[in-house]
Amino acid sequence: MIEGALWRRWVFYNLPLTLFVFVLLFPFYWMIVTTFRPDGELYLPWNAPNYMPFWTNNPTLEHILYLFEETNFARWMFNTMFIALVSTVISLFCGVLAGYALARLNFPYAGGLGTAIFITYLVPQTLLFIPLAEIIRNFQLGDTPWSLILTYPTFLIPFCTWLMMGYFKAIPKELEECARIDGASRWKAMVYIIIPVAVPGILSSGIIAFTLSWNEFIYALVFLSSPDQKTVPVGVTSELIRGDVFFWGPLMAGALLGSIPVAIVYSFFVEHYVAGLTGSVKG
Amino acid sequence: MAVTALSAAESKRLSPRLRKLEDERWLAMALLAPTAILLGLFIAYPFFEGVLLSLSSARVGDPGHFVGLKNFYKIWDDSIFRTTVWNTFWYTGVTTVFKLALGLWLAILLNRHFKGKAIIRAFILLPFIIPTVLSTFAWKWMFDPTFSVINWTLFQLGLITTRINWLGDPDLAMTSIIIINIWRGVPFFAITLLAGLQTISPELHEAAAIDGARPWARFWHVTWPLLMPVTLVVVLFSVIQTFADFQLVYVMTGGGPANATHLFATYAYQLGIGTGLLSEGAAISLAMFPFLFVIVVVQLLYIRRVETR
Repeated sequence: MIEGALWRRWVFYNLPLTLFVFVLLFPFYWMIVTTFRPDGELYLPWNAPNYMPFWTNNPTLEHILYLFEETNFARWMFNTMFIALVSTVISLFCGVLAGYALARLNFPYAGGLGTAIFITYLVPQTLLFIPLAEIIRNFQLGDTPWSLILTYPTFLIPFCTWLMMGYFKAIPKELEECARIDGASRWKAMVYIIIPVAVPGILSSGIIAFTLSWNEFIYALVFLSSPDQKTVPVGVTSELIRGDVFFWGPLMAGALLGSIPVAIVYSFFVEHYVAGLTGSVKG
Repeated sequence: MAVTALSAAESKRLSPRLRKLEDERWLAMALLAPTAILLGLFIAYPFFEGVLLSLSSARVGDPGHFVGLKNFYKIWDDSIFRTTVWNTFWYTGVTTVFKLALGLWLAILLNRHFKGKAIIRAFILLPFIIPTVLSTFAWKWMFDPTFSVINWTLFQLGLITTRINWLGDPDLAMTSIIIINIWRGVPFFAITLLAGLQTISPELHEAAAIDGARPWARFWHVTWPLLMPVTLVVVLFSVIQTFADFQLVYVMTGGGPANATHLFATYAYQLGIGTGLLSEGAAISLAMFPFLFVIVVVQLLYIRRVETR
């Protein structure tokens, strides 16, 4: 595809790509530098003469220690992990079954139900958080992890269902028919033949659902109140800012450590993640 | 894979419940039940409840009574609400244009073979993967009025002589928020559009090139129309997410300075949760619904038209 001289390749491809990568990754670099920079260096005004923003010669662990000693950070990590895992499992269970029904079974209103799922897929969390907070309170679920475990599936299930429908539709009908001719019941054909074939789709949905629940903020902010129930994003926001004072060192350390589980999961399953992401926008 | 074959005798021994699952309609109902229960309980019911709430005078600790459309009249006369509506449209419009343009550019840059492509693609998605609140804090720290690294860089380059108070000025604060949203959204656009680009056969490009089409003409007459269906769906998702955004503004400005950067969600949060005016907060949230509905319907109709063309 590339014609012409080497300099053209540099000007039209390599240079812009480098710029893109630099801008997209710089905030993370900044997060890391701030995490390990001592307070004395952190709060130098931007026009101070000896200000060296991009590096530090005196790396320190004080901010990370502060997180674990002075705040409930370890607890927030555990909460977020627990909530993300359980809501992902629930959503996968519901999404796989619903996706199978909508993609492979003939029943009245199948089309209408498919559209309904697509519409709920598009409902943003911010539309319903106030009445939902009331409902959570009425169900006595306020300030417990279950308030999030039960509500996160509302945006995860439609996503999983939609993605799984795509995967199930791609599996040839003959596969099931063969199993049924051999005497397998519908249920067994689904569980032992079709679902195993759809495992890549299940992995993709699961990984994206996990990152989405790790990312969720407004429900966690509204439904949880006591410090030891909070998730990482909410805990960092509410406990490391006191009034107008931002504890930037611990804040960046929290942001960095809070990103690591997602980054690890992502790094192991990049291909599945990308496949899921591109599958999710296929109509 | 072992197929568990059931003999005729065995299938007769199936319990009546399992035999019922042989009927497609019963099986479908059983499979859809968990989804229907959860979505009914936590989407349909809150939606209904939200409508009732927005038509009442409820506050925290006071269930209130039915007041008709009073809350909607009230927010319509509220100058902060009008700013909020304008902000939301401006924010959604500007970021979508930039995300599409930059995302497409990045997708084209990635749509060729070169060393380290897989690694670059994996790293590029990071802004989209890392929890928004956490990465937004990094940006907030970069935009800090006193310790801003962006100011430092601009100062060292000789572009500015005094500090820029990024989050203290309404227009600059909005611009900062828009920049961060674009930063976060470009990877999503790039990766999904890249998948779209990869489905376009290179032979079409070669044929156009043989016919004498310049690169720009090839892009405009071959790539762009073929990419249209994917582009529209990506834009639909992005527009809805951006329109209903909360986290970014909440962390960066909290709607300030002087309520100048509110979006629907942050203003609803401030009134509904912050000051406890549940009914008004619910009304502001629900005011998003007609806009979102129109966006979705228009986009879906357009997608259908493009796909059947």
